[in-house]
Amino acid sequence: MARGMAMPRGKGGMKGGPRPKAKKGTMKRLLKFLFKTNGKLLSIVLVCLIISAIVSVSSSIFLENLIVQIGRGLNLGLDAVWNNLLTIFISMGCVYFAGILCSFIYTRLMAYITQKFLHEVRTDIFNKMQSLPIKFFDTHKTGDIMSTFTNDTDALRQLVSQSIPQLFSVSISIVTLLIIMFTSSIWLSLLIFVGVFVMFSVTKMVGGNSAKYFIRQQQSLALEEGYIEEIMHGQKVVKAFCHEDETINGFNDKNEQLFHDAEKAHAFANILGPIMNNLGNILYVLIAFVGGLLVFFKIPNLTVTGFQPLYIDGQLTFLATIMAFLPRSKQFAGNVNQISQQINSIIMGLAGASRLFDLMDQEPETDEGYVTLVRCNIADDGTITETEERTGHWAWKHPHKADGSITYTELKGDIQMFDVDFGYVPEKIVLHNVSLYAHPGQKIAFVGATGAGKTTITNLINRFYDIADGKIRYDGININKIKKSDLRRSLGIVLQDTNLFTGTVMENIRYGRLSATDEECIEAAKLAYADDFISRLPNGYNTMLTADGGNLSQGQRQLLSIARAAVKDAPVMILDEATSSIDTRTESLVQKGTDRLMQGRTVFVIAHRLSTVQNSDVIMVLDNGHIIERGSHKELIEKRGKYYQLYTGAFELE
Amino acid sequence: MDNVKINKETIGFIPAVKTLSKSVREYKKPSLLAPLFVALEVVMECLIPFIMTLLLDKIKTISESGNTEFLIQVILKYGGVLLLLAFVSLACGVAAGKYCATASSGFAKNLRKDMFKRIQGFSFSNIDKFSTSSLVTRLTTDVTNVEMSYMMIVRTAIRAPFMLIFSLIMSFVINARMALIFLCTVPILAIGLTIITSKAMPLFQKIFPKYDALNESVQENIHGMRVVKSYVREDFEKEKFHKASDEVKKNFIKAEKLVAMNGPLMNFCIYTGLILIYIIGSMLIINYQEKVLKLAELQSFMSYSFQMLMSLMMLSMIMVMIIISIASAKRIAEVINEESSIVSPDNAITEINDGSIEFNNVCFKYSKTAEKYVLSDINLKINSGEIIGILGATGSSKTTLVNLIPRLYDADEGEVKVAGINVKEYDLTSLRNAVAVVLQKNQLFSGTLRENMQWGDKNASDDEIRHALSLAQIDSFELDKYVEQGGANFSGGQKQRLCIARALLKKPKILILDDSTSAVDTKTDALIRKSFREYIPKTTKIIIAQRVASIQDADKIVIMDNGKITAIGTHEDLVQNNKIYQELYYSQNKAGDQNG
Repeated sequence: MARGMAMPRGKGGMKGGPRPKAKKGTMKRLLKFLFKTNGKLLSIVLVCLIISAIVSVSSSIFLENLIVQIGRGLNLGLDAVWNNLLTIFISMGCVYFAGILCSFIYTRLMAYITQKFLHEVRTDIFNKMQSLPIKFFDTHKTGDIMSTFTNDTDALRQLVSQSIPQLFSVSISIVTLLIIMFTSSIWLSLLIFVGVFVMFSVTKMVGGNSAKYFIRQQQSLALEEGYIEEIMHGQKVVKAFCHEDETINGFNDKNEQLFHDAEKAHAFANILGPIMNNLGNILYVLIAFVGGLLVFFKIPNLTVTGFQPLYIDGQLTFLATIMAFLPRSKQFAGNVNQISQQINSIIMGLAGASRLFDLMDQEPETDEGYVTLVRCNIADDGTITETEERTGHWAWKHPHKADGSITYTELKGDIQMFDVDFGYVPEKIVLHNVSLYAHPGQKIAFVGATGAGKTTITNLINRFYDIADGKIRYDGININKIKKSDLRRSLGIVLQDTNLFTGTVMENIRYGRLSATDEECIEAAKLAYADDFISRLPNGYNTMLTADGGNLSQGQRQLLSIARAAVKDAPVMILDEATSSIDTRTESLVQKGTDRLMQGRTVFVIAHRLSTVQNSDVIMVLDNGHIIERGSHKELIEKRGKYYQLYTGAFELE
Repeated sequence: MDNVKINKETIGFIPAVKTLSKSVREYKKPSLLAPLFVALEVVMECLIPFIMTLLLDKIKTISESGNTEFLIQVILKYGGVLLLLAFVSLACGVAAGKYCATASSGFAKNLRKDMFKRIQGFSFSNIDKFSTSSLVTRLTTDVTNVEMSYMMIVRTAIRAPFMLIFSLIMSFVINARMALIFLCTVPILAIGLTIITSKAMPLFQKIFPKYDALNESVQENIHGMRVVKSYVREDFEKEKFHKASDEVKKNFIKAEKLVAMNGPLMNFCIYTGLILIYIIGSMLIINYQEKVLKLAELQSFMSYSFQMLMSLMMLSMIMVMIIISIASAKRIAEVINEESSIVSPDNAITEINDGSIEFNNVCFKYSKTAEKYVLSDINLKINSGEIIGILGATGSSKTTLVNLIPRLYDADEGEVKVAGINVKEYDLTSLRNAVAVVLQKNQLFSGTLRENMQWGDKNASDDEIRHALSLAQIDSFELDKYVEQGGANFSGGQKQRLCIARALLKKPKILILDDSTSAVDTKTDALIRKSFREYIPKTTKIIIAQRVASIQDADKIVIMDNGKITAIGTHEDLVQNNKIYQELYYSQNKAGDQNG
């Protein structure tokens, strides 16, 4: 159907590589899911489907009656049978009208149900995705996750809107036809069974080959796409080294392979229809032939009611049976053919559904925290009272289960780590015995090679990952007791990968605090030294950013994400390579701004460039997950250790 | 991703089709054979019900006469013909299916091939115009769309009208009066389908961008999940997504409900046709005692009626497919038709005499429509063999300046000369072979280390490669070591040195290092520069750097700011007279002062 093809293909899709087959029970779960929210409407659809399937089969019954009446009419004249004919026509009209009405109702309902269902599936997996731990995103490729949203939901739509209803209605037609056929002749029905068996075997063989090559086609497409992306991103090098011809040759090889697989995949899919169609024709001839033989050898017909004589009143009734049987066999073969045409989309739809369910079954991020962050008033004597007003003060609200009392601790931004061990996988510990104390107002810097564990430490503070051993305390509270969302609300984080969102510059800054006014956002931008370039954008703060701020330079994006963190105004700030793409002069200006903002607050800085961390209170040099040196810039220079080597350029980072 | 919706209407439908049709080439034969076999298959499919009717009619006659002697004979005769037709139809169908698969996949292959070749000939201003991600989409998704509709056209676009016409002819052959019924049902369906499709298409076209945007927001969320979680914006994002998805849902339901009318409409036409056939048919049969119309022929009318209406349905389907793929076809044609803005001139000079460079009043901007020049009034003279350092803040257009030398871009005003001759007069390959650029972004390609090095010189021997590697201070690796995509299995400093070695293998007249030792420690950096001086003294060396130490000993240091050259001089000159240089120098050399 047009609807099936009218969808744009997902961009992130097609890259997932080979896709495993659907798990067992997927269909059952899918139907359960489908019925859970659309049960009532679906039962109406089912009734309508049954009626219209029976209506479509009923044509042959009407025809049979009609032939009888016409036969009588030929002998007795039109007037004699006119009333009977009229009855047939009127009942046909009524039945067909019911059929049209039912198909009208169920197609409209299915359009509604399908879209509603897809909306539910989309929001379900999106919501699920939001609840998953960072670990999930670190261990899954973006393209694979995207593919569930695009390719898998598309396949699912095909399955739900087309294949399942068709499968259902065709099955009803087939069953009805089988019943009718068995009542007229068991011998010929057996022949039909043989035919069906052959047809299904052919579908399995040809369809199986088609599916095999479709998977190969996807693989070679993924390979070719990978090649295109690699080359296109290195296009400057290709040009600078005059390597165009070699590149084209490399591409042609991959292109040829893709052609080969695509050709086979399409060929098998294309020939299935003609094969099935003509198997039906051959079956038709066979039935006529076998029927003829039965008559010739005077073998009595067998129906469900027992043996029937060949002649009734001198008329060869069995021949009439054969005549009615033949068109039905054609109709029957047509139905089987319809199922076989759906086989590809059923396989793909079920595989898609299976992956969707896999995503839905992922373990969400757990949170046993019960300490929450509340606004508060602090009296002169230090007592803290909770309030709804914006006082500029925050406190940790700590309910004690034992005696039901509640204590309040002022939010200061004091972070301590004691003997922390951590590994992303249990077998490989990346942080060993890390201890550190960051007091409010201090600026703590981490320096070390890539993979030394700098970013890991910040991942632990905001609990993207949980520590294996040791303890982290935030204002004296074990961070495992703090509700994750409240913990993160108290931390401002600027990452090396900026990740802006589609929307205006202003909306992107406001992401830091949704309640921030325009003035506050602009103030933050000024502080981050971003106001300068923003005001030079075509629409200033109202400039739309698309595709992760693709129209900005990496440095500008970093300035924006600093502004975003500044507007959040959190007591603790983590800057993870936040200024890596900003030149040293601009960086020092940004630093002045952030230093002003962060007065009296805790700042963690991770940087590759030593000039960025130079003015920190404490610099920690990390090596292979161990803190090997700590102290101020001056102290470390005097120590003449690793930091000194780094600083004087005698040692290479990364 | 395709955020560059440029030149939307630069190419019409007909020129686009013309451009694309040139890529059919060796697949013309299957492209023509497929419709031919389809046509044959259709003829068979229309003849088969006709013969089936004859068979039924004969059986009926025998059954009435009670004379079963000839039954087997009749069945064998007509059954034989039917079997023959079925086998011919099968053969035609299989042949059509295969040729059709070959034609469409082959066409798609050629499209990709032609586009990729074209893109390799593009200049950077061409690529910037389209954007890399858009080119990737055009090479993949758009080609797939066109491939699908080409298959449809080759197969169904012939099949459907042919089936319609042939079925009509056959029914006229059987009984002209009855066939008139079709002249009434077919137009009803045709008009109905046209109305539905023409109403639904704009709706769909409106939804697709929304659906794309929805998917893009998902991608954004996956990429930015750390930001979402850090700012505790999960509920905010859920709300946003729910709204957007609901909007998509509503729009889809509106469009799909329209399209859903197709089925009932089809049923209406089939059933109306059937009743009319039965009413008129039975009267004709009875009144004329089967002389005008035979009972068995009623059945073939049923078949033809069904085939005709089905073919109309198919036509409306492929119309939708084609309309959708028109946009893709245009986007592909744009790429194929794009003329490279930088090509070698006729009678190009292939000999580059030395490594001297001259910029005379050069101005440059990336897009013709941009207001501000990225480079303006550049005047610079570099002698062969000199070492030139370029310093400047991010965005001061240092990279742009050096990109003009190997003609990665062309200057808009003024001229760039190499060895005293305007770069536009050189053969591109010769020029680029003489100018080696080590780029800021170190791009290595998947393959062995040797293969990567041979980008510099196809015929480089292992010894030559090792020599180049040792000059770049990185000779500890096996040449057979596999380099992963983007050189992911090497550290930043190692990648930079490998890229330098690759450039050295070109034995260039001019070597440009664009911030390409930033991750290399200072000692090694110095060693590399020392080997440059010793082993390639005649090569002009241009070094762009953030570290003053990297360029301190250059013959000339160029200071750039905002697309202009603000100062040229030696280290000694600048450290005394230039404020920017002083700032940089002192901020980077405090440690040196402290340690005396």
